[in-house]
Amino acid sequence: MTNKVIMLGNEAIARGAYEAGVKVSAAYPGTPSTEISESIIKYKEVYAEWSPNEKVAAEVAIGASLAGVRSLASMKQVGLNVASDPLYTFSYMGVNAGMVFVVADDPGLYSSQNEQDTRAVARAAHVPVLEPSDSQEAKDFVKFAYELSEKYDTPVIVRTTTRLSHSQGIVELNDRAEIADKPYKKDIRKNVMIPGFAKFRHVAVEQRDIALTKDASELPINKVEMNDTKIGVITSGMSYQYVKEALPRASVLKLGIINPLPRKLIEDFAGKVEKLYIIEELDPVIEQQVTSWGIKAVGKEILTVQGEYSANMLRQAIGGEVLALEQPAEVPARPPVLCPGCPHRSVFSVLSKLKLHAAGDIGCYTLGALPPLGVIDEFVCMGASISTMHGIEKAKGKEFSKEWVAVIGDSTFLHTGINSLMNMVYNKATSTVIILDNSTTGMTGHQDHPATGKTLMGEVTYMMNLKALCVAMGINHVVEVNSFDLAAMESAVKEAINKDEISVIIAKSPCVLLDKQKRQGYRILADKCKKCGMCLKPGCPAMRKSADGTVQIDETMCNGCGLCKSLCKFGAIEQAGEK
Amino acid sequence: MKTTNIMIVGVGGQGTLLTSRILGGLALDAGYDVKLSEVHGMAQRGGSVVTYVRYGEKVAEPIIEEGMADIIIAFERLEALRYAHFLKKDGVLIANDQKIEPMPVLLGMADYPENVLENLAKKYTLFSVDAMQQAKQLGNSRVFNIIVLGLVAKHMKFSKEEWYKVIEKTVPPKTVEINKKAFDAGYQL
Repeated sequence: MTNKVIMLGNEAIARGAYEAGVKVSAAYPGTPSTEISESIIKYKEVYAEWSPNEKVAAEVAIGASLAGVRSLASMKQVGLNVASDPLYTFSYMGVNAGMVFVVADDPGLYSSQNEQDTRAVARAAHVPVLEPSDSQEAKDFVKFAYELSEKYDTPVIVRTTTRLSHSQGIVELNDRAEIADKPYKKDIRKNVMIPGFAKFRHVAVEQRDIALTKDASELPINKVEMNDTKIGVITSGMSYQYVKEALPRASVLKLGIINPLPRKLIEDFAGKVEKLYIIEELDPVIEQQVTSWGIKAVGKEILTVQGEYSANMLRQAIGGEVLALEQPAEVPARPPVLCPGCPHRSVFSVLSKLKLHAAGDIGCYTLGALPPLGVIDEFVCMGASISTMHGIEKAKGKEFSKEWVAVIGDSTFLHTGINSLMNMVYNKATSTVIILDNSTTGMTGHQDHPATGKTLMGEVTYMMNLKALCVAMGINHVVEVNSFDLAAMESAVKEAINKDEISVIIAKSPCVLLDKQKRQGYRILADKCKKCGMCLKPGCPAMRKSADGTVQIDETMCNGCGLCKSLCKFGAIEQAGEK
Repeated sequence: MKTTNIMIVGVGGQGTLLTSRILGGLALDAGYDVKLSEVHGMAQRGGSVVTYVRYGEKVAEPIIEEGMADIIIAFERLEALRYAHFLKKDGVLIANDQKIEPMPVLLGMADYPENVLENLAKKYTLFSVDAMQQAKQLGNSRVFNIIVLGLVAKHMKFSKEEWYKVIEKTVPPKTVEINKKAFDAGYQL
């Protein structure tokens, strides 16, 4: 009986946590880390939850560790920013049972707002970082991370990247280790980080760094592959695979631990090769340290800090090969778009008609920045729409901010938007916030959150009432409007922006992809179409102008929202099956 | 054995992930080392998507680069054109003859190129099928990608039984029969 299966990097990470005896897992969805939580719920021995944000998730996992069971917090790279407050101090405290952060970086920005490098954060927090190169290692390194965590009394970060998280490879499965719960031990000098205790823990952190640096060279997760010694390469993670493809004859030191670096191993390897390269995606985290030890190495002077690497890139930059590659054809771009039937499009068509600016946030609706809607002027990070909106009002005054609204999704609002809204109430804002409530976390693939009434493990639970929440904060003007009711939405927005008090509009309509009952599509009555183009303005991908100027609706793409019908003044659009 | 490289390109939502998982399962069952690489998240929202399938004795990188693909499976014409230069000299392009206009074209900011498949056929070994039309005839437009896969199967060295076995394992149980029919439709082309 074979126990080899093909697994996504993220599935393998979940499997590793399961096999390591993890009992508590917490996360907030974020591409490319989401499937870790979605996979871990297969294992009934693990309690797993969506927390409202990454800081909460990290603290849940920390609590579990203190209580004495192995725990996991997983997140994308920018999620670690949200969770960095507990990370930095938990690093001082150390663990009771093992605790691992899995953090997914996104070189190439497939689904992120920046290309920050988690390895640099880990160095600042004095937390060890392991970096696997394929699905098998993803599983093995997560298991090893728990050993390290308990041996060195520290949280450990396992760093993955989009390419690893979203690639599948063969993984050999093992049984779960039944780890006995550790007894809870009250120890305030270790677990209460008042200054008087924390300064002693800082000493412990330094001693841990020294001990780990010494031991790092002996860890089995580092690999030396001696070959032709003319070229030596120090690498890790996905870059290792590109090195193996492009430079099969080179000698390679593959680092499994990135922080702290195994100095002795690196110095030995560097001494055995003629020319040393350091190949790492994103920041020169390894390179800067190694060259600071007086070792000569080539890295970022020939390779970029941006995006993903590839074998062809290395063949050219290091192998000196000239690749006779065909030029790509010049073709129109195909950027992502809001789906046909998306309720955000309907809300944005109103904002666009009213020529309003929007302070944006993170979710599918960020696509409202692009043509033809073009209503979002700025977005920074999760929850920032409401707070930047507030800053805009405080800077330029009420008259200026009347031409603005903040837009934020339901999941993002519950993530970090709540604090910003509280701030608006407290500091007497008069601006308008629109919560685009589509009853899910859409962009990451439909995860539940505190207002959906279901948990990650599929249980029915309390359902946060967004309207009641806003009212409880002290906001008088809170209205709920159906996202597809254009007239009601327009009057609600006009009323809200002109009020001398803060307003919240909750635009309600579920994500069209959640709606399993396929609604009847719409069609154009060509004889009634006046070719005015009103229905095309919101940019529904199911609609196009035909050669004679009339509009066509692609029946296979139409999801039956009826926005186009609402916009048509000539009654030229009807739902299939009407009349 | 040399590594076989297959790319699947299309528009987010067209089922590239299902297709790559079927191909991955096929190679795994045959005892090869396999790597797949996929696109999730933002890019899937109607954007251009590409997934990679590589199998052989030992596979290192999970992606396929320019000039490396043995087979490109394109679910849409413009995407066939966008990625055709990834083909090897003797590579095969299998295209679904369907047009999905991207937003810049819908907005009149760019033109959808004319005679895409005809022009590609002059340069590459190309087989095409209007799989959406065929799928509708079978009564389920969603199985169009399995029809394309049936056509692909003729250019790969796996038996029909091996294909059936992996389809049975990969698609939802209720859709096994229709998916096998779709596979046959493509295989008979």
